[in-house]
Amino acid sequence: MELVLSAGIGVLTASGVWLLFRPRTYQVIIGLSLLSYAVNLFIFGMGRLRVNAPPVLEPGGVGGLLTHTDPIPQALVLTAIVIGFAMTALFLVVLLASRGFTGTDHVDGRE
Amino acid sequence: MNWLHHLIILPILLPILTAAALIPIDERNRTLKGVIAFTSIVVVFIISVLLMQMAASSGEGETGASVYLLGNWPAPFGIVLVLDRLSALMLVLTGLLAMATQVFSMAKWHRAGYHFHSLFQLMLAGLNGAFLTGDLFNLFVFFEMMLAASYGLLLHGSGPMRVKAGLHYIAVNLATSSLFLIGVSLIYGATGTLNMADLAMRITTIGPESRMLMEAGAALLGIAFLVKAGMWPLGFWLPATYSAATPPVAAIFAILTKVGVYILLRLSMLLFGSDAGASLGFGQPVLLYGGLLTIGFGAIGVLASQAMGRLAGYCVLVSSGTLMAAIGLGNGAVIGGALFYLVSSTLTMCAFFLLIELVERARDAGADVLAVTMEAYGDVDENEAEKEGGVAVPGTMAVLGLCFCACAILLSGLPPLSGFLAKFAMLHGLFNPASFGGDAPVSGAEWAYTALLILSGLAAMIAMNRVGIRTFWTSIEGTIPRVFLIEITPVLLLLTACVFLSFQAGPVMRYMDATAKSLGEPQNYIGRVMSAPRAGPAAGE
Repeated sequence: MELVLSAGIGVLTASGVWLLFRPRTYQVIIGLSLLSYAVNLFIFGMGRLRVNAPPVLEPGGVGGLLTHTDPIPQALVLTAIVIGFAMTALFLVVLLASRGFTGTDHVDGRE
Repeated sequence: MNWLHHLIILPILLPILTAAALIPIDERNRTLKGVIAFTSIVVVFIISVLLMQMAASSGEGETGASVYLLGNWPAPFGIVLVLDRLSALMLVLTGLLAMATQVFSMAKWHRAGYHFHSLFQLMLAGLNGAFLTGDLFNLFVFFEMMLAASYGLLLHGSGPMRVKAGLHYIAVNLATSSLFLIGVSLIYGATGTLNMADLAMRITTIGPESRMLMEAGAALLGIAFLVKAGMWPLGFWLPATYSAATPPVAAIFAILTKVGVYILLRLSMLLFGSDAGASLGFGQPVLLYGGLLTIGFGAIGVLASQAMGRLAGYCVLVSSGTLMAAIGLGNGAVIGGALFYLVSSTLTMCAFFLLIELVERARDAGADVLAVTMEAYGDVDENEAEKEGGVAVPGTMAVLGLCFCACAILLSGLPPLSGFLAKFAMLHGLFNPASFGGDAPVSGAEWAYTALLILSGLAAMIAMNRVGIRTFWTSIEGTIPRVFLIEITPVLLLLTACVFLSFQAGPVMRYMDATAKSLGEPQNYIGRVMSAPRAGPAAGE
């Protein structure tokens, strides 16, 4: 599982960075999205990988890292997803505005 | 724990509430919106001044850090807000800048687009939050809040130029945010905490394999802030963005680079300061040499730029380069002067950005952009604009010329104004570390810093002279711009603040030195945060 996750993060990051440096705005936004997926997975991985361990305490139960997984990275991922999603949506609007003003989808507004 | 303690949350809460309250008010009542927003800013400013007094008075020789436990959870588990001298200083500075730009925007610019005041308030909330928070992830949230509002503000007024600059700005900052998150999660993975004080404590005890991860995380985090602060080679986006923004927005953006500098200062002193163990002084060489290169790059840019907007953008780079290098020198005496420089240069930059628009109003290029902007929104007719602006200033060129002169003197660091005093204080600290207990010889990097500090001042003076002569003495158009009282007052206010800094340099400098001293002793800060008492009845229910 570790190998799959790390390979996934690596592939997503590499593709994201490559797309980020492309000249078309659409490529840039896809690159940024891939990058944010990679980052979210990475944050998740920083809480250590666990299977079948709940992040939330049972009522009256005692928590411990033997029976529970670390809830903080999951909360962080949730926040990061929301913020990343909102920013991508905003970027999409700016992309369309740029397309409308310049008539081209080049990031510099001219070919 | 008295009611004064609860003031700490207000600089964040009040702007958010104001922003929300402003949204349902119809766009046509812009003046009403502006007045409500201005009232909120003034209240926050007064609160900031009270907080500053609180931070400065609570204990001689202590940090005077006040800790506010959000949700009333004890420190390393809950999120904390921490008020100390440095954060109080930044709050007051933000308040001053916000007041000036808010008034300026109400003359005309808030009509160039929608929801200007709400966005402005949200950005202030993000700024104040970033200055107050004592938690790394909370810092990310406030940082994003500030950035999200700044995207909207940069696009305010629309037009191809701003949309293009906005596209680049947003792309750069989104990529940076990813680095920020990777850095934060690496630090969490290595140390198991996000609370800055707790982190500073754990850094001394973590093992070598975690230390490497932690330092990698800190480096990534540092890169995110260096992009924000505009360090060479990460700051090429800055001059283009700042010169494309509408003037009030560019003016408030003057403090955005300082957020990066503030966090670099806070984290490097707290995490890698005097008792960091094996990580002592981590990243300092990068800050020092990066800062020096930034000053050099900024100075060349200042000399090369023709338009005033770009000139100001490069001045911002010089200013943050100076601050970064000062942090990198790791000398407590220099930090005190650097804080003075931070305040003085931010005020100057804000005034200069506002002044540029007034001066260039007479020139065709500026008028064109404005006309296009107004046309795009279509709901402003010429007569109304003149009527609503208020009283025009008599002797416009004389007033503008004087303000420009003051800006030139402040930017280039000539006596007698505070720009000179700030640079003098830094150099004094550099050559007399004895007052802080050190007796090291002046190193090569410090000589380079001195030389660059003075040369960048020279570059600013040459550039400002050239632009000033072209604008005021050999102006081709010869038309006198119409400037309204409500527009020139904020500029005068900011410059007066700089003059006040020059006359009251003694008390101000004492405050800055005390701030630098408390930054140099992070154990006080850590102790205050970790032992912060919970509010209300004792736990157990």
